[in-house]
Amino acid sequence: MKRFLPLLITFIVGFIVISSEFIPHKPFNSINAGLENWFMIISGFAIILGQLSLIKVNSSKIINKTQNWQYYLAGMVSFFVMVLCGVLWGTQDAPGLLGNGTLVSSWLGVKPFEYLFNNIYQHLSSTMFALLAFFIASAAYRAFIMRSFESNLLMIAAVIVMLGRTSIGTSFTAWLPQGWRFLHLPNIADFIVSFPTNAAQRAIMISAALGIVGSSLRILLGIERSYLGGGE
Amino acid sequence: MNKYIILVLVSLAGLLYSVGSAAEFKASDRPSDDGKAVDLTWKLPSGYAAVQIERKDSAGVWVNIASPLESESFFSDNDSIEPDNKYEYRLIASSISKGDSLVLLADAIPVAQWFDFRKLPLLIMLLVLSLAVIYYILSARSGKELFIRRINGLESMDEAVGRATEKGKPILFVPGIGDLDDIQTIAALTILSQLAFKAATYNADLIVPVCRSMVLSTAREIVKEAYLKAGRPDAFREGCVFYLTDDQFGYVAGIDGIMLREKPAANFFLGTFYAEALILAETGFGTGAMQTAGTAQPHQLPFFVVSCDYTLIGEELFAASAYLSKEPNQLGSLKGQDFGKFIIVLLILAGSVMEIAGYHWLKNMFMLE
Repeated sequence: MKRFLPLLITFIVGFIVISSEFIPHKPFNSINAGLENWFMIISGFAIILGQLSLIKVNSSKIINKTQNWQYYLAGMVSFFVMVLCGVLWGTQDAPGLLGNGTLVSSWLGVKPFEYLFNNIYQHLSSTMFALLAFFIASAAYRAFIMRSFESNLLMIAAVIVMLGRTSIGTSFTAWLPQGWRFLHLPNIADFIVSFPTNAAQRAIMISAALGIVGSSLRILLGIERSYLGGGE
Repeated sequence: MNKYIILVLVSLAGLLYSVGSAAEFKASDRPSDDGKAVDLTWKLPSGYAAVQIERKDSAGVWVNIASPLESESFFSDNDSIEPDNKYEYRLIASSISKGDSLVLLADAIPVAQWFDFRKLPLLIMLLVLSLAVIYYILSARSGKELFIRRINGLESMDEAVGRATEKGKPILFVPGIGDLDDIQTIAALTILSQLAFKAATYNADLIVPVCRSMVLSTAREIVKEAYLKAGRPDAFREGCVFYLTDDQFGYVAGIDGIMLREKPAANFFLGTFYAEALILAETGFGTGAMQTAGTAQPHQLPFFVVSCDYTLIGEELFAASAYLSKEPNQLGSLKGQDFGKFIIVLLILAGSVMEIAGYHWLKNMFMLE
């Protein structure tokens, strides 16, 4: 029963959702929206579980003074400061327990929660995102090392696309006569991006879509049970 | 005098008839929909252009709903339309050259349909694919030998677990930033089940940081069950599956920290990934861990290919659980997917040939709008 009931619910709900894609009549046309709302409600409760997990894992590391426990302490302090600011003085649109915190807000310019969000959180987030630039450089360097025919091809294509997107690259082939414009670097770059790259990406998307159909069928028919923890 | 009046009236009537006979304004229920749209089409005599389309509201007042361009002859009204109610429309057209205007009336009762016929080809495709999957599952059950090509990324799982056991280092499993309503996350969790089983069998430590609370509870249950299945429930630590944050880059920062501090022997990045893909994979590469990644996001795959030892591309992520389980039922479904690929290749070839030849019905059949 422990296995049968979830499998039955999965099958019925899955079948209804698939049917709703093809039946525009009531009640099928509003089922998807209803289920999404259910998901949001359950997610809302699950957030509490997430916060509890966060507190439990971090506090045990701080109490036991495991290696680098200071980082976990910083994380917990940040967590509670943000929660307190939100609860006491509210966020941009909603007041908190102490109202809108006019005094603190006049001092900081905005509410404390907004202040921390704009001046700390966003900068930290941008810093992490900015790391991508350096990682792209190191990854590209490795990808373009000419080891095989494929990596040579990749490097040539990449150089053409990069040059085709720059003004200096455009000037390299600007002298070509009108009849030879198809060899103009920006045109070759556009061709590479529009056709071979697009075709490969679509092939991946089609195969992924087929994989999704197969996976969904396995789950709906109860063949795939790993998400329930496996077993019979 | 009477003769003149009669002549003028007859001329006016003739003029009105000639204008009216050429003008046309139709309101019709949009086919194959949920009864929440009315399609309006019109044909006006030369020199006239539609100026305004109005709908009569419940109080009987005409309310402007659109001001179409001169070139337009179609408008779809889907603003607060309810099925089985009668909606009346009027189109006001004018002719500047003639200094005249026309008012045309039409009405329609939208009805919710029980089947969206525009999606019939999709339903047929879905049925064919589903039947192929079911057929191959049944053949596999009957004992038929099925050939499934080797997927290196999945074969590496044993190697990764073995390596982690030998080095005494943990295995890091990242199920992506998708929530539980994302099939990629579910596919990742099915792989986690197999990985956790192997980790429990070989006594390797597993670290699973998640960024969605729903994924936390599911992943925790999956790992717990896997340890139980491996006969080592005592080795399961609840803290090995933990929540970091819902924030994309906060999650990345947290995992990067784990990778740099714990130095896992093997990293698995499976699920939905966006901009964080390369940050994770490159940090893992820097720590010297053996890395396996998989996603169905075509834009992130190149990053994984460059930085990881093995990459599951697109469908391989969804095939992973079936491939690893080696169960005939599941392997049969993979064969069904291959049949689906064969059909799609045939359709693409047929579509290309027909488009070149100037026949567009096959392409139109699969276009929804």
